[in-house]
Amino acid sequence: MKNVDSVVCTFCGCLCDDIRVSSKDDGTIEIKGACANGKGHMEEYDPSPVSPTLRGEPVSWEKAIGEAASILRNARSPLFYGLSSTASEAQRKCVTLADSIGAVIDTTSSVCHGPTGIAMQTFGEPTCSLGEAMNRADLLLFWGCNPMVAHSRHFTRYSLMPKGRFVPEGRKGRRAVLVDVRETPSAKAVDRFLRVKQGYDYEVLSALRALVQGKRMDAGEVGGIPREELVSLAEEMKGCRYGVAFFGMGLTMTRGKDLNVGQYFSLVRDLNAHTRFSVIAMRGHGNVAGADAVLTWQTGYPFATSLAGGVPVYGPGEFTAVDMLARHEADAALIVASDPKAHFPAEAAAWLDSIPHIVIDPVFPLTAQGATVYLPGAQYGVDAEGTYYRMDGVPIRTRAFRERQRPTDEEIFDRLLEEVRR
Amino acid sequence: MRSLSCLAKGENEEMTEKENSRNCVLITGRTQAQTKGMHLGKTGDLYARAVSVAVMHPEMFKSMGVEAGCTLRLRTESGEISVRSESDPGLPADMVFIPMGPVANKLVGTDTGGCGMPSFKGIQVEVAPE
Repeated sequence: MKNVDSVVCTFCGCLCDDIRVSSKDDGTIEIKGACANGKGHMEEYDPSPVSPTLRGEPVSWEKAIGEAASILRNARSPLFYGLSSTASEAQRKCVTLADSIGAVIDTTSSVCHGPTGIAMQTFGEPTCSLGEAMNRADLLLFWGCNPMVAHSRHFTRYSLMPKGRFVPEGRKGRRAVLVDVRETPSAKAVDRFLRVKQGYDYEVLSALRALVQGKRMDAGEVGGIPREELVSLAEEMKGCRYGVAFFGMGLTMTRGKDLNVGQYFSLVRDLNAHTRFSVIAMRGHGNVAGADAVLTWQTGYPFATSLAGGVPVYGPGEFTAVDMLARHEADAALIVASDPKAHFPAEAAAWLDSIPHIVIDPVFPLTAQGATVYLPGAQYGVDAEGTYYRMDGVPIRTRAFRERQRPTDEEIFDRLLEEVRR
Repeated sequence: MRSLSCLAKGENEEMTEKENSRNCVLITGRTQAQTKGMHLGKTGDLYARAVSVAVMHPEMFKSMGVEAGCTLRLRTESGEISVRSESDPGLPADMVFIPMGPVANKLVGTDTGGCGMPSFKGIQVEVAPE
């Protein structure tokens, strides 16, 4: 039996780095410390070599890379999309490839925290690390997110439960509030649940901002929340020692989108006139924060960037994948470590299905069904090592605990670049 | 497809034929079963089953005169699906929840309002027992 400690789970943006993996002599593995999502992510992946496919038929890597490069070279308006479940070293190579053929490059942020990116650029983001949340926060606000399901160890490892330097009592030393449209499993773990009417987040946040600023509120309720609840929440936030506000898709996917997030950021900014308060987006995919970081340092923009004109041009709504596909503007696509056919509106997914598309993914996603070329690489955090960015922007080096028998995504991009430039 | 504003009760022939249909708000989101299905493979049965369900408040089933578990037909401006149902008292009475995935996405439009993000939450949906 061989043990590997401090393994980093690459499933979600928590990037828990305290996992122990025991490899037994019979080839099976035992995973300790991971949540059900993380265990599934690491256990169900089979690192055995898999042949690439061309229109569903197995072919050699040489043939597959050649065909993929041919698609990219001949495209007039290629779209690169995804990148959130691959290492930053591969993301960097992908940007180079996009630049070399003048592609549009977009990440899964555009259907996740893309509106958060827009709000950051417009309003600024008063943020902190998860370590600060763990060590300092005596008040936690969760808005439109469901950590119990989507980030299963967030409560126990970073926010609600852990004993921190300035919160030695752990859970007893913290208060937690959840605001959401439905009573999710996370509602049972917090001290207070406030149900906001679907689509009224902006109004509720505006009311809270007014109350925090000391303004009088005459309305009996806002967005389904009674006035007295809002008044007491505003007072609780102002009165805490250190507050951290987390948020998820409940703000970004709902009417208002980036404006909702902007109002959330502004509320946190306002609170800093009274106490110390920070905000952290609950990032979903393991390295979606890295995708934003790499695109920003390479092009200046976090997502939705066109490299077609030789200089980066930023355009959410114009160069975001759903918009490009819905308008039939992409004539070929490279999909990296993501699954737009599962997660895009059906009309956009249908156009993707109709154009030549290449899929790079260690597991076979729905998008690989009907793909022109499928390139199965290794999985970072299982049989490959690379850099992932945690949801708070902290880069973490992942560890491999299985022998690698497949090329990494980074190596696949190297071969594609070489072939495209030939 | 006709605008949903035409689908208010009494204004549409089809609606008056189905007295037990309701206008609700649809949200999509992650579930444990959907995530587990994802790990086992999105081309597998577990995933297909995990994302093919519509969840409503028990009172909504009662008001429609049906029981949880029945097949529901859901229609938005973007598409139409038929899926099995489940109940959840944690939902607001007028809300339908469907796990994120290819089934829910047949009901989601491509308009992003210029920000890149479609409205995966807060979609007007007509629900009726099949």
